[in-house]
Amino acid sequence: MYVVIAGGGKVGWNLARELIGKGNEVTLLEDRRSRYLTIEQELEHAVQYGDATELWVLERAGIQRADLVIAVTGDDEDNMLICQMAKQKYLCERIIARVNNPRNRQWFELLGVQPCVSATDLILRLIEHEVPSYGLVHLLDLRDEQLEIIEVEVVPTAPAAGKMVQEVPLPEGSLIISVLRGGTGFVPKADTVIEAGDEVLLVLDPGLEEAITEQFAAATHPGD
Amino acid sequence: MFVVIAGAGRVGSAVARSALASGHEVSVLDEDPLSHERLDAGQPTSWEDAGGRFTVGTAIEIEALVEAGIAEADLFIASTHGDNTNLVIAQIAQKRFNVPRVITRVMDPARATWYAEQGLETISPTKVAIEMFKEALGPVERGI
Repeated sequence: MYVVIAGGGKVGWNLARELIGKGNEVTLLEDRRSRYLTIEQELEHAVQYGDATELWVLERAGIQRADLVIAVTGDDEDNMLICQMAKQKYLCERIIARVNNPRNRQWFELLGVQPCVSATDLILRLIEHEVPSYGLVHLLDLRDEQLEIIEVEVVPTAPAAGKMVQEVPLPEGSLIISVLRGGTGFVPKADTVIEAGDEVLLVLDPGLEEAITEQFAAATHPGD
Repeated sequence: MFVVIAGAGRVGSAVARSALASGHEVSVLDEDPLSHERLDAGQPTSWEDAGGRFTVGTAIEIEALVEAGIAEADLFIASTHGDNTNLVIAQIAQKRFNVPRVITRVMDPARATWYAEQGLETISPTKVAIEMFKEALGPVERGI
């Protein structure tokens, strides 16, 4: 696969190295001369000097034949426009953009730049995972499919604790898909009893998190 | 007409003053509080006394755009010093706030052309300068 990466910072350089290591053809674009010269000592012809928001720089890198364009500069406007042009002007089918400021995520979406990845959001997700008082962890968001998978820990005082799966009043559009107990996971049946301490995985339509939290983690309000 | 101008550099501030003088309602947004001086310079009254609005803020921040009045704008002008910022905020004005008319300054002639084809009204000072230089140079007379 041929990959064009815009931005030779830590993320871009390491991505280029990994993708080359996996046998891909890569061109990395970097517009700071001194940074370019440093990278060039290792990546040689796989790095090119230039501003990736300029059309001629993208064309010189062969963007027309790229299977994937990744924009990971430190500037959100640059990343948005590089991906927008890759998609709309050069008809590149796959793009990935980096979001530096999570508040700009809405503009990436407005400009049709998807998927986009924000390190800040990823770390926030990890905090959710590491801090149990949040009660609920997002494992996977399938935005286009309008589905998400969450994990929730069952607290002793939760309404669902001690009930059979079929007795738990879950909102329409949600389903228990797995229970993790004592380090192993299994797919529950209608008569499986949910126990305190279980971790329950559910698939659901977006927006139902609160109704589900009520059943499994009701007693974890901060300050309780 | 209510005009919102993002970027009060030489171009933005001059356009703002001229629009205000012709009787339009004008709101200027710039991240640098000092750029306000460009609006006041050489004027008998301050920008606000003359009826203008000024907001300090980054043009890509939604709060700043809303405070500057983008939701009510009849015309939005993107004239910050960065092409990429201009192209993004112009599309925000168009697609998110449905501003009836949006004009964007784009220094890079190539992208000014492409984005114009996508439905953005672009002004490229570089393009204009190139044309003027070509004209000043005149036609090449062969054989001299």
